[in-house]
Amino acid sequence: MEINEIQEEIIEEFQSLEDWMDKYQLLIDIGNELPPLEEQYKKPEYLIEGCQSRVWIHAQYDGQLITLEAESDTVIVKGIIALLVRVLSGRTPDEILNANLFFIDAIGLKDHLSPTRSNGLVSMIRQINQYARVFKLRA
Amino acid sequence: MEVPFRHIRNDFPILQEKVYGKELIYLDNAATTQKPKVVVEAIEQGYYKTNANIHRGVHYLSMRATEAHESARACVARFLNASDPAEIVFTRGTTEAINLVASSFGEAFCNEGDVILCSEMEHHSNIVPWQLLCQRKKLQLKVIPILDNGDLDRQALRAMLTSEVRLLAITHVSNVLGTINPVKEIIRLAHEHNIAVLIDGAQAVPHVKVDVLDLDADFYAFSGHKMYGPAGIGVLYGKRKWLDQMPPYQGGGEMIAQVHFSGSTWNELPYKFEAGTPDFIGSTALAKAIEYVEHLDMDAIARYETDLMHYATDALLQLGDVRIFGTSVHKSAVISFQLGNIHPFDVGTLLDRMGLALRTGHHCAQPLMDRFGIEGTIRASFAVYNVPEEVDVLITALKRIRTMF
Repeated sequence: MEINEIQEEIIEEFQSLEDWMDKYQLLIDIGNELPPLEEQYKKPEYLIEGCQSRVWIHAQYDGQLITLEAESDTVIVKGIIALLVRVLSGRTPDEILNANLFFIDAIGLKDHLSPTRSNGLVSMIRQINQYARVFKLRA
Repeated sequence: MEVPFRHIRNDFPILQEKVYGKELIYLDNAATTQKPKVVVEAIEQGYYKTNANIHRGVHYLSMRATEAHESARACVARFLNASDPAEIVFTRGTTEAINLVASSFGEAFCNEGDVILCSEMEHHSNIVPWQLLCQRKKLQLKVIPILDNGDLDRQALRAMLTSEVRLLAITHVSNVLGTINPVKEIIRLAHEHNIAVLIDGAQAVPHVKVDVLDLDADFYAFSGHKMYGPAGIGVLYGKRKWLDQMPPYQGGGEMIAQVHFSGSTWNELPYKFEAGTPDFIGSTALAKAIEYVEHLDMDAIARYETDLMHYATDALLQLGDVRIFGTSVHKSAVISFQLGNIHPFDVGTLLDRMGLALRTGHHCAQPLMDRFGIEGTIRASFAVYNVPEEVDVLITALKRIRTMF
């Protein structure tokens, strides 16, 4: 599926839920299902240090596609990462760099985008883009 | 439980606000308190009616503004029971007050090899200024440990009061644990060894009556915004004997007597430490906040908040899987806790969506988190306008959150 198709799919899943707590419940469920990151990647070099939660993102490149794996110590952030991984993992560096991540706004996670929000999505997305840029140079 | 202050909720318009369509329940008072109308009106009136730069003008408005600022100083002096308004220095807040002492006291009285003492329960604001001083003057910062219940380890304190120690910087009330330190006794012990003591009163002044003369504190710092006053104004009380001997902290207008390129001389106390135009509207509004709490009566506030804290503690413990950090018998209106194994960030995010404002994280006290081996806590902190029903809503919300993971 294309990046945008997956985004539309996610939007649909969240939009069917009216109550905010139900949306968070879904995010929590998604977070709980995220497979744990291998211990070898839960190291400072993969860590995006935040004020309140910790996020580790590991990226692999096979010359064509980037595979993303990530984890957080908080379940809600894990849910957010799981969505990012679902949208952006298994893509080429260019696909990642050119992606317009409209689903974040559409499902109401924009609050998490604010730079002051601890471990904002901003720094996660920046980190994923950074991986993509580096891999692109290597390609 | 008895709620003697229910009627004052009307004094705080923000308490009628809704967030995400839910009634706001504000339990983040240790971060900042809400402001009563009298304080906001004082700011408005200050700008509308008496705004002019102080201490300089011969004109009417300037004299009125100067009067208001200086009577605010007198009000703070009376509130803290300082013997002389000249010992009251207006700052931007507690942090600036502590930085002032670290810089100027450090300059005047500390030399290589000397020791500064602080405790394990300090806010970063009462750690980092001393670290900077220690780097600059090659001093050593030593840390008094605390006990598992959040009390200061007094035995360790006694052992650490040695002749190398120049100053002991300690909080009156912990912003995380709520522990009320026995500062009077601590100061007495320190003085036996000629050690000056700075008390970080940011979390104490809104909740307990403070008498700097009775405490015999050398320095006492607090912030306006944590005690119903405006942000951007704070207070440093300092004994004249120290302030007189300390060099200025910052240079600029107001703090000088004479300025010549051959050299300048400094103004008298407290102006020596107030470089630049002070927040003369903020000081006036702070005085209003002080009058407001004095009218409610500090002892009555302390009694009520303690009752409310016990009510909340009992209710939290009944949840069964709540761990409370800070169980001193001498405790102010702060409860730090964890809910089961759920990350505080997750709890805080969900509480937020339910209209509850609580703080989560390390609360600017990372060394204290290290001490307990945790990443952070959820913190409920109370003010005089909080009511038990708000605690009930919190408990219901926590029960719901628990089912979501």
